[in-house]
Amino acid sequence: MNPTWKILRRLFARRVVLAATLLLLAVVVVAVLVPWLSSADPSAMDISARLHKPSGEHWAGTDELGRDVALRIVHGARYSLLIGGVTSVGAVLLGTLLGLLAGYFRRLDAPLMRLVDAMMSFPDILLGIALVAILGPSLWNVVLALVIVYTPRVARVVRAATLVLRELLFVDAARALGVRTPWILWRHILPNLASPILVQLTFIFAYAILCEAGLSFLGVGVPPEIPTWGTMIAGSLDYADRALWVILYPGLAIVLTALSLQILGDGVRDLLDPKLRKAA
Amino acid sequence: MASFLARRLAGALMVLALVAVLVFVLTRLASGDPVALLLGDQATAADIARVRIEYGLDKPLPTQFALWLGQVLQGNLGDSLFLQRPVTQALLERAEPTLFLAGFSVFIAALIGIPCGTAAAVWRGHWADQVLSALAMLGASVPSFWLGLLFMQFFAVKLGWLPASGYGDPDTPLWERLQHLVLPSLVLGLLNSALIIRFTRASVLDILGEDYVRTARAKGLGERSILLHHVLRNALVPLVTVLGLTLALMIGGAVVTETVFNLPGVGNLVVRAVLRRDYPVIQGTLLVIAGIYVLINLAVDLLYTVVDPRIRLEAA
Repeated sequence: MNPTWKILRRLFARRVVLAATLLLLAVVVVAVLVPWLSSADPSAMDISARLHKPSGEHWAGTDELGRDVALRIVHGARYSLLIGGVTSVGAVLLGTLLGLLAGYFRRLDAPLMRLVDAMMSFPDILLGIALVAILGPSLWNVVLALVIVYTPRVARVVRAATLVLRELLFVDAARALGVRTPWILWRHILPNLASPILVQLTFIFAYAILCEAGLSFLGVGVPPEIPTWGTMIAGSLDYADRALWVILYPGLAIVLTALSLQILGDGVRDLLDPKLRKAA
Repeated sequence: MASFLARRLAGALMVLALVAVLVFVLTRLASGDPVALLLGDQATAADIARVRIEYGLDKPLPTQFALWLGQVLQGNLGDSLFLQRPVTQALLERAEPTLFLAGFSVFIAALIGIPCGTAAAVWRGHWADQVLSALAMLGASVPSFWLGLLFMQFFAVKLGWLPASGYGDPDTPLWERLQHLVLPSLVLGLLNSALIIRFTRASVLDILGEDYVRTARAKGLGERSILLHHVLRNALVPLVTVLGLTLALMIGGAVVTETVFNLPGVGNLVVRAVLRRDYPVIQGTLLVIAGIYVLINLAVDLLYTVVDPRIRLEAA
């Protein structure tokens, strides 16, 4: 059997992991396809239908401007997933590079890791706020800020795993055979980091969605006219006492997505190479 | 031991220095021209130039950094651009709700997390473990402001059990002020218990596999006594770190929850500062919060060596 297939079968043998993955796939597919599936405009206002309860017509009710909450959640998924996805990939790429350098080259270890320590002494959300304040509130600046916030976390995990790998026999053997260092890192170390990196990817994806929502809530995130799950809650906040659904459903979307991502990450972690389990 | 202490202290000092550089560089990148901001639109170029020299902003950046650091080391974080008072004073005025909130939340998180984590480890693989582990993951997936809003709607608006927001004036009795902290502490405590459950579970599982646990079992000790005296006592050591760091992170990380419940804490101060571009306040708060984190981290590490002599020996 194809080894990739074998791993996937082991991963999905746990039904929770399978369910989480299917849910995520569904969210992604709907988010990507929605402009082709429905021509309804998520920002279309209908003042005659303000704060309507969930009904057959409006599955999740309408908000203070009469916009359909369900439709906005689906469109919000596009932005929330975009932010989470780009942030996690960016942080993983940068963090892996830094972690590899720190873990493999002893001289770089102390300075890089002190920098990582320093950055990690700021709480996520606080560093995010400060960075957005500096960069200015826009979609891509929020992404950039979140990449900076989460890169140190990846670097720390990748460094720990690299420290273990560096001492293993096959790396020694490659070195003894005269393989050049960049090739050792690329061909011998990096592939063995796949599992911890994947785990980090899913977790940071989830954290980034949560953190973006928090930043938007504080008014220092994505501009309010872009419908992310965070800006939806932030925008309709004042109506929560009369129409709980305006904050309830976008929040549930965040919870379900973040939970699924973490379940998937946990499933991947369980498949980790036992040698790396301690390090990661 | 002495060399371990010295190395640990040097490491913490280095991180603190880097934190100072980061904070300085970040806010300098941001402010563009703080003087123009300070003087407003009416200022002439001559005014700006004069104030630049007055504030030392005409000097090269490393010199500015050295001057700033010198002030910081004397406990002077500068003056707020908007609050008409020194940043240190503004921070002190806001410290009470934030410190209480952080303390209560960690207490609640430990109260829930340690027993649940231990139970999950003891019944590993059992349905109770799966439920607890699932709950722990759920806790890490819920946005704190959303849970806060729901709690507020339910417990304060609907049931009217607790105040919904605010903190009361400084002259209201402490007891009344603390009532305002019940809901936010519950929110943060519940959400942070997720982390404590995971950590306790992993830590207890680690110890359960130790030889001395098998020995205790072999000599006929009861499971309860093994758990209390052999397992928990050892499992709690690494937990001290996690609890300490959670406390430290909560001091600055409760920003969102403080905003939901309109608590006049440090987080609220920093959010307002960001919205008004009050850079001295942003700078000072970031520095103090990261500084507290580094110091708590150091304190916890040192405590560790007192509790667990093996670490001293390994490090030496």
